[in-house]
Amino acid sequence: MPQTLSLAGIDYAILIIYFVFVLGIGWALKRYMKGSTEFFLSGRSIPAWVTGLAFLSANLGAQEVIGMAASGAKYGIMTSHFYWVGAIPAMVFLAIFMMPFYYGSKARSVPEYLKLRFDEKTRGFNAMSFAVMTVFSSGISLHALAQLMETLIGWNYNWCIAVSATIVLIYIVFGGLTSAIYNEVLQFFMIVLGFAPLVFLGLKDVGGWSALKAKLVPVATNAGFAPGTFTESWSHMGSSLENPMGVGWFGMVAGLGFVLSFGYWCTDFLVVQRAMAANSMSAARRTPLIAAIPKMLFPILVILPGMIAIALYQSGDHFLPLVDAADPSKGLNYNMTIPMMLAKYFPAGLLGIGFTALMASFMSGMAGNVTAFNTVSTYDIYQSYIAPNKTDRHYLTVGRIMTVLGIAVSVGCAYLAAQFNNIMDMLQLVFGFVNAPLFATFLLGMFWRRATGHGAFWGLLGGTAGAAVFHGLALAQGASPGIKGGWLGREFTFHSEMGQNFWMAIVAWTTCFVLTIVISLATKRNKTDAELAGLVYSLTPRPKAEDEPWYKRPVTVGVLVLAATLGLNIIFW
Amino acid sequence: MTFDLRLPLGLMFSLFGAMLTIYGLMSDAAAFKKSLGVNIDLGWGLVMLVFGALMLTFALRARSRNKPGSGG
Repeated sequence: MPQTLSLAGIDYAILIIYFVFVLGIGWALKRYMKGSTEFFLSGRSIPAWVTGLAFLSANLGAQEVIGMAASGAKYGIMTSHFYWVGAIPAMVFLAIFMMPFYYGSKARSVPEYLKLRFDEKTRGFNAMSFAVMTVFSSGISLHALAQLMETLIGWNYNWCIAVSATIVLIYIVFGGLTSAIYNEVLQFFMIVLGFAPLVFLGLKDVGGWSALKAKLVPVATNAGFAPGTFTESWSHMGSSLENPMGVGWFGMVAGLGFVLSFGYWCTDFLVVQRAMAANSMSAARRTPLIAAIPKMLFPILVILPGMIAIALYQSGDHFLPLVDAADPSKGLNYNMTIPMMLAKYFPAGLLGIGFTALMASFMSGMAGNVTAFNTVSTYDIYQSYIAPNKTDRHYLTVGRIMTVLGIAVSVGCAYLAAQFNNIMDMLQLVFGFVNAPLFATFLLGMFWRRATGHGAFWGLLGGTAGAAVFHGLALAQGASPGIKGGWLGREFTFHSEMGQNFWMAIVAWTTCFVLTIVISLATKRNKTDAELAGLVYSLTPRPKAEDEPWYKRPVTVGVLVLAATLGLNIIFW
Repeated sequence: MTFDLRLPLGLMFSLFGAMLTIYGLMSDAAAFKKSLGVNIDLGWGLVMLVFGALMLTFALRARSRNKPGSGG
């Protein structure tokens, strides 16, 4: 019988106080919102520690927290590859090599950078797909929040949607990006302070790290893997048959580590926007590095609880619910790991903190998407195609209207997701096709001055098509053709959906990379060297950092972060 | 922009810390059966209180440093 959560008076008090602070910050920032630069870019005035924590937190939506714990339970410590192979190197690359172009070019958004570097159609394609993607993600966040609250404490689904959408709406309309960033920092500390005791109590319950390792041995051997599979991150990656993820080392390093992670962390405006709000070039470059330091340690907070839960389950503590109570063959509902552990260990009081942290992460996931949406839809769609040359005040007003619109569409998407889960899966699939090749375009754009607008645009389209075709020809074992792939026939078979996904990214990236080069060489350059100054590596003066202390130099800190990450990989090899 | 985020951070976590600490002191041992017998409200409440107080101290120090004529 799964426990559900019940909140005491003090827990409600904590939840309410938190939202008072969230709204209060929005209110206090209202008087600073004088123009569109303040609203969309925070007037480029935020200190690095704040943008850094917001950079990290914007990605720390509930899907991330809940999903990583679920993966920790399903795959064990291998999940840390998402951090120690995926995120960290990409964040260091962004800081050292890419931030100078984003921040230095004075582009106001990632699509706008594409316009400056390539041409209008490349920007248009990126802006449209990004805008649609953000409102759908925000809707999915909203739906997931309301659904979880409904099953967990029996709150009304419609009320959950209405209240959380309204809170996010109010603080963004008042305080714009600054409001979202400040609240993300608040949420960061809530998550850290709310989940750390969970790890402490879980570890105490299971008997410490060595007892956890011992208890995870039967979990691995019962599934037919080597004893250490759940506690050793690299030892079982020789082939995709040796581990529960069903991924080999090459697919992991190239697919996740290179294509997907660099694509997300270096080109997704949702995170890059946080760094662009920093108060100086040096602060913008330090933003991803400041984020990387806690990010390295996040597996302790988000993956370890999953490993603890599955170890406890193995030794007879069955607090994880089934996906379908009537049909045990469908397995455990791993997504309930964090909520169930909150319910299991936290007494009234601390439960309020943990529960608020969980709710906050859903809402900041939504707010991050909404702030990225209102900027792109105002600057890159409205100002570019609908009404150019208006006053700054006009665009500020439009930005606020876009915020309302974005949230209204999100609410619509939430209900769509509740009604037709397949539509959402399909949309996410299509976004996957569009995103996978993107990093090739940026890499060539920033480091090869010969890359042309036509090359970039057709390369992107080609990469997207490549992803779709590959998906149509590939299928994971045990899956049936359709939304999971294989709708064009079954040419490639993978041991897991994740493996299929990583390889799709590799194919999309390579297609885009090759096509962009070939088409660029076949077409005339559409930008002169002078126009590309500040946008391409070889035509941009290096930012100087010599007069800053060592801990403020991006390259020095970047190298230290990478060395520490390498150390973590070796310790948990 | 003169809005120092450390101020609301400090206020909020000091408040949460104080609430949990007091609640932990007032609750009897049976309330902490779930948390394996540890009075986690008291312990973690104090941690949050210290964190909140630190943030407040930084914010107030920065404020008094900026005040005399520096305009920043």
